[in-house]
Amino acid sequence: MSDPDPDGDPETDTAAVPDDEGPDDPEESSAMIRPEWRSDLLLVAKVVLATYVGFFVVGVLSGAGVNATVGTIQSITFFGAIFALGALALNLHWGYTGMFNIGIAGFMAIGAYTLSIAVASPDGSPAGFGLPIPVGIVLGTIAAGLAGLVLVIPTLRVRADYFAIVTLGFSEIVRLSVQSRSLRQIGDTAYGTGGGQGIRATPVDSVVGWLFDQPIVGDVGGVLIVLGETVGIASSVLERGIYTLVLILFVVAFYVLLTRIAHSPFGRVLKAIREDELAAKSLGKRTDRAKIAAFALGCALMGLVGTLWMGSRTHISPDNFMPLITFYVFVALIVGGAGSNTGSVIGGFAFAAFIFEGPRFVRTMVRANLGTDFPRTAHGAFAELGAGDPSALIGYVLYQQADEVRYIVLGVVLIVLMIKRPDGLLGHRKEISAGVDLSRRGPVADGGRPAVGSDDRAGTEGETDDPAATNGGDRDE
Amino acid sequence: MSDLERGADTEAASTEGDADDRTDRAVEDAVLEVEALEKRFGGIVAVDGASFVVERGSITGLIGPNGAGKSTTFNCIAGVHRPDGGRVAFDGEEITGDEPYQVANRGLVRTFQIARELPEMTVLENMMLAPKGQRGESLWRSVLPYFRDEVIEQERELRERAWETLEFFEIDHLAEEYAKNLSGGQRKLLELARALQTDPEMLMLDEPMAGVNPTLEKKLLEHIHKLREQGYSFLIVEHDMDVIMNNCERVIVMHQGAVLDEGSPTEIKANEQVIEAYLGGEV
Repeated sequence: MSDPDPDGDPETDTAAVPDDEGPDDPEESSAMIRPEWRSDLLLVAKVVLATYVGFFVVGVLSGAGVNATVGTIQSITFFGAIFALGALALNLHWGYTGMFNIGIAGFMAIGAYTLSIAVASPDGSPAGFGLPIPVGIVLGTIAAGLAGLVLVIPTLRVRADYFAIVTLGFSEIVRLSVQSRSLRQIGDTAYGTGGGQGIRATPVDSVVGWLFDQPIVGDVGGVLIVLGETVGIASSVLERGIYTLVLILFVVAFYVLLTRIAHSPFGRVLKAIREDELAAKSLGKRTDRAKIAAFALGCALMGLVGTLWMGSRTHISPDNFMPLITFYVFVALIVGGAGSNTGSVIGGFAFAAFIFEGPRFVRTMVRANLGTDFPRTAHGAFAELGAGDPSALIGYVLYQQADEVRYIVLGVVLIVLMIKRPDGLLGHRKEISAGVDLSRRGPVADGGRPAVGSDDRAGTEGETDDPAATNGGDRDE
Repeated sequence: MSDLERGADTEAASTEGDADDRTDRAVEDAVLEVEALEKRFGGIVAVDGASFVVERGSITGLIGPNGAGKSTTFNCIAGVHRPDGGRVAFDGEEITGDEPYQVANRGLVRTFQIARELPEMTVLENMMLAPKGQRGESLWRSVLPYFRDEVIEQERELRERAWETLEFFEIDHLAEEYAKNLSGGQRKLLELARALQTDPEMLMLDEPMAGVNPTLEKKLLEHIHKLREQGYSFLIVEHDMDVIMNNCERVIVMHQGAVLDEGSPTEIKANEQVIEAYLGGEV
């Protein structure tokens, strides 16, 4: 604060800036951003590998068997990728823009249903259009984006929790609509949503079969399957694993896209909307436009996730799109840290491994060690406990009620997180929204402020002399 | 230098383009004109026919007892509230009822009574947000490969400007701090610095000295005077009469939603009505 120079002459100040480094380097921005990328990639790799090793060691030692263990790891990765995709899309809404969207399941439903109707065979019941799967995926993504657009425009002024209720309502409207009798078959056409029975279509993961038909990829895949079978891994696990690899490619694509947004003036406006929309508006930012773009894009991505996830089933029905899914994605983002894309990926994976799949894995281990002969009711379990057999209660909880154990784990994780790390695993990081590293000064070569600096200032003012001429067009837009 | 140019430009503009034939009370070159402004909230008339002008390149004070309608007037000018009547013209063009972002993009930028820094963004991010005409504010430009290069190029220029402004305000040592960690006075400085990043023509400061310690207050005033010399115009709402009387060329006094008097500080000090309004209004 105690500046020796009373005039605040920039020439003396610059010398004090510690970050002044060597000559101006045109590649500086990428040079500064890439190490961050690498360290983040390394971080994700570390978390994933540690989890794999942990599950593998525990699985093999506990006698669950190689196939079951590898199957679990496969499905951790699959759901890890799915929740990472969901969390990344949600991060754009909630982490960046502060739009409290709890209608994720609805946008996934729109994506998945559009895909199914587009892809299903024209002879089926309900009938589809028999389009190729990639076209269906694109249509699903676009449909979800358009739905987001339709939803966000009238609700621009609705804030925070009110916006949340609108989105939740929307997702339920979508679910109940596809379930409704009247949309089961629309009018006299053969098309429709199939009502409560859902719709049957070629699954998206049939891409694996297509890949195996390709010359080189197919050969490699064939070798992998033979190798896998020699160590006792079923070919179905490996085939599923290949689809998971495709999903990982999507995670990378999402990550690159959203990181670019995060490190851009657009991302900066989104962050400013989250922090204080009126302040952003008062600085001349068109916050409405930014919100519409961000929301529609995020919804399109959620629709895409819906097609990739639910589309990999042969059959989808309204029950696949309960609000619980929205909740899962939120937990994944909270675990990872809202506002951080790397955090979203790690959160998605950690959620899938320890909360979503963890209890099922424990169930597998219990089955391998204690069998499956457990009481089916709590009453029975406690009766046997009273008779002096504690394994009955353990088995009842961990085997019969494995899915419910998930909620207990979920609650405990959330409580611990709120106490120990309220910002999530990576939410505390300072992630700067700018296309360049702001701490480095560009044109300063030797620590001295060039004399033109002050003239520049006058120059830029000169340009604003006639704002009517430069900004006159803004009004008519 | 730019001052002179600016004066010449607008003189020409006002002689040609001004179809408005109202009498300018002793103000030759008005940058902001407010005429018969009205704003009601339910049954309360917050602003009741306020009219005044702000001279280009001046520091104009807006004072009045609590509830006189100063902040509402501010909000009506800045586009936060849509006035129920009257008109507002900036630089000879009507801006009545414009959205806040439109007003700001015309070069009329305001700060807030309670500083509205963007808490979970760093000081530098705050500064980088403000400049107008950022190409990367469009979604596709910030993402697509070729266009992104242009965006990065512009970011580099903006970064330079952000640092310069921070140095001017002597808060560059806080550049990488979250804005929420700044003291109240530093936030006020940041808000002013951020507003300048938009290349404004005129700044409207809502109680810039509220909660600022005397040392920082002096500094803030120095900055304001320095900026005025560079050609910026200021409209300042302030409760501290000393600040207004010692720093403004013109003072506008509001009372019960209307303008009670306007003139030089000495004229205002001599006006008994003003003294009465203050004593009667504030208790």
